[in-house]
Amino acid sequence: MKKEIICAGFGGQGVLTIGRFIAQAGMREGKHVSWLPSYGPEMRGGTANVSAVVSDQPIASPIVSTPDILVALNQPSIDKFGPQIRPGGVLVYDTGMCPKGCDRTDIQIISAPLTELAQEIGSMRVLNMIAIGMVIGRTNVIKYESMEEDLTSYLKDRDPDLLEKNLIAIKKGMELGKA
Amino acid sequence: MSKVLMKGNEAVAKAAINAGCRLYFAYPITPQSELIEYMAKMMPTVGGTFLQAESEVSAINMVYGAAGAGKRVMTTSSSPGISLKAEGMSYIAGAELPCVIINVQRGGPGLGDIQPAQGDYFQATKGGGHGDYHLIVLAPSSVQEFADMASEAFDLADKYRNPVMILADGMLGQMMEPVEFKPAVTEEEMEAMGHQHESWCIHPNQDGDLKHHHEINSLEIDPVVLEKHVNQLYEKYARIEANETRHELHNINDDNEMVVVAFGTASRIVRSAVDELNTEGRNIGLFRPITVWPYPYEELAKCIGPKVKQVYVFELNTGQMVEDVKLAVNGKVPVHFWGRVGGMVFTPEQIKEKLQACF
Amino acid sequence: MEVIATRPESLREVPFTYCPGCTHGIAHRLIAESIDEHGLINKMAGVAPVGCSVFAYKFFNFDMAEAAHGRAPAVATGIKRARPDMHIFTYQGDGDLAAIGTAEIVHAANRGEHISVFFVNNAIYGMTGGQMAPTTLPDMKTTTSPYGRKVDDIGYPIRVCELLDTLVAPYYIERVSLLSGPDIIKAKRAVSKAIQYNKEGRGFTFIEFVSTCPTNWGMDPVKAMEWARENMLPFYKPGVFRDKGAQE
Ligand SMILES: Cc1ncc(C[n+]2csc(CCOP(=O)(O)OP(=O)(O)O)c2C)c(N)n1
Ligand code: SF4
Ligand SMILES: [Mg+2]
Repeated sequence: MKKEIICAGFGGQGVLTIGRFIAQAGMREGKHVSWLPSYGPEMRGGTANVSAVVSDQPIASPIVSTPDILVALNQPSIDKFGPQIRPGGVLVYDTGMCPKGCDRTDIQIISAPLTELAQEIGSMRVLNMIAIGMVIGRTNVIKYESMEEDLTSYLKDRDPDLLEKNLIAIKKGMELGKA
Repeated sequence: MSKVLMKGNEAVAKAAINAGCRLYFAYPITPQSELIEYMAKMMPTVGGTFLQAESEVSAINMVYGAAGAGKRVMTTSSSPGISLKAEGMSYIAGAELPCVIINVQRGGPGLGDIQPAQGDYFQATKGGGHGDYHLIVLAPSSVQEFADMASEAFDLADKYRNPVMILADGMLGQMMEPVEFKPAVTEEEMEAMGHQHESWCIHPNQDGDLKHHHEINSLEIDPVVLEKHVNQLYEKYARIEANETRHELHNINDDNEMVVVAFGTASRIVRSAVDELNTEGRNIGLFRPITVWPYPYEELAKCIGPKVKQVYVFELNTGQMVEDVKLAVNGKVPVHFWGRVGGMVFTPEQIKEKLQACF
Repeated sequence: MEVIATRPESLREVPFTYCPGCTHGIAHRLIAESIDEHGLINKMAGVAPVGCSVFAYKFFNFDMAEAAHGRAPAVATGIKRARPDMHIFTYQGDGDLAAIGTAEIVHAANRGEHISVFFVNNAIYGMTGGQMAPTTLPDMKTTTSPYGRKVDDIGYPIRVCELLDTLVAPYYIERVSLLSGPDIIKAKRAVSKAIQYNKEGRGFTFIEFVSTCPTNWGMDPVKAMEWARENMLPFYKPGVFRDKGAQE
């Protein structure tokens, strides 16, 4: 199994972190992973994207040009990377930030108002986790347990409340992904 | 030891510290700034020296000083900064000092851009500075290999008293992959390392010792003496060429119809394309030089099997390695080249297209 | 409606690449307005540095050259010597001018080179993401001084105006700040004077702008201004260090 993922959005939205969590979780599961960010003067409000690959085999190219999964946190990301998604692949996007969505019919599209959902859970910081949950719900790229382990090791002592919210967010995302 | 997910820039910095590097001098530049930032944070925790120099010129000369004092020392930069180090590298090679230099290449010439490129191949392998000299140049293709090369580079530098360059690129510097670190050198090893160059380096006399007089120098005003010195350097380089070439083979066999050559991160993109074509029934071999100086000419020559009709070179430059490939292939079969430049990176699909067009 | 402010003719209609609230934009504007006012647009040329203002060569509405990191004063020297009838300035950050380019600025000043130098001191390397600059304040944290700038190890910040003021040749040296409305008006006067001296062929003129980098200081622009007023100004005191024109 090899899954190629692109996460894209505005700089500062945390798309690099989404990719990082997925790669980290894949590594926990003993898979080969790579994480390749776009870089540049992005702090000045540009766009950011990251290619992540999770595979049973050693990864040759870390560059993803036809993703199995695209996580898009703004419309320009769908416009740019949407056409490249592999037929049958998955698009996860935030309806709040992507008003036009995507008109492809040969891919699986899962969308949700991530900002509102994050607010409901009680922290804007969990928005990314909902997106990751949606990916987990729909694909087998990583397991929920790996995310839980990862977050627990990082947040258990530092911020148990945020840990709790993160896990709720992932589960919420998984429901959406399964639907 | 378990694996950690780390950026190439940080992994190689950590590995250098593990390898006993306790002196680091550099100047910020994208896309290697995480490396200098990691050193800023970690060097003080191991009692090492981190110093942000006022320029790359200054940093490489601090390296000249510290290497002359017999300690493991490193500097890192990206293309424009490496050009500024060229003078210092020539002096260091001339004075036969061991040190490690990392180039996280970006697009050139001039200020260029900050995206990954391999345009400094000639600079690294054929000179860069003035005079007859060579760096040993290692070209990593994964974060793990990048990290592993830190200790290898220091060992080679010490063994041959020669500057060693790790020729990486922005992609490798910025990407994260799982990496497993070799154990850090022990106190005793550090201690031994600290003394290994005392037959020639700048160091204090022990009480009761005969006074030594060591000269750290690349000046030989008498041409007779300088010629002898350069010839000796070249005898050393010949030993390095005989013993230290490294390469990796991927699907090389007697039935190869084509051999592809690529180095560094570019080779990974190429490997994706080669693998796909091979599952579709082709038989293409991939040769990856790991040392680009000394270049593994003989090893590459051996890979040109009886059925190989052509060799294809892919690089993120305008074909700088092609000369070396042609020397190895020695006219046996045609050598083609395709590359992208300016920080544009080819995709596996593009490579596949180029290869398919050959059949 | 009455138009009270327009784009100076000396600035092109190219959007700045600076972060919101960055003082580079203000400095550009002051320079452009002064060049307009002295009617120099057709005889002016500038040299851009390497730093956040690297794209300054796109912003000014006359011929511009882009220099290697720190080398702008040398490039400007070359242009001025080749075209003595033109008026040349450089625009440089603190890393560019006071670290890698220290030799070039000191020697251009020492020659009394007939150029104007505009020096933006924001106490940090903005472009590369917040590393320590030669002007970083004592104990200030940056990505390459994560434990704070230790003056015992890495020295005190360099006061460039004071340093250049030890040389005989410079004609005019002033430090201004861009940290409040009134300060900016004062800064404008200084810039205008430098351009006037340049026009009159008097000699080497140097203006330092005490500036901010909200992005890499991790502050909003207003807070950054406050912080700079409290912390930068006591160390980098505004004032005229040299004005040979006033003595004449
Ligand atoms: C020879 C060389 N070394 C390093 C760099 C990387 N670099 C680009 S801008 C910069 C520092 C800029 O800081 P400063 O001059 O203070 O300008 P600011 O961005 O703060 O305005 C550095 C180190 C380079 N481009 N060339
Ligand atoms: S990084 Fe700092 S100096 Fe550069 S544009 Fe942004 S605020 Fe201005
Ligand atoms: Mg600065």
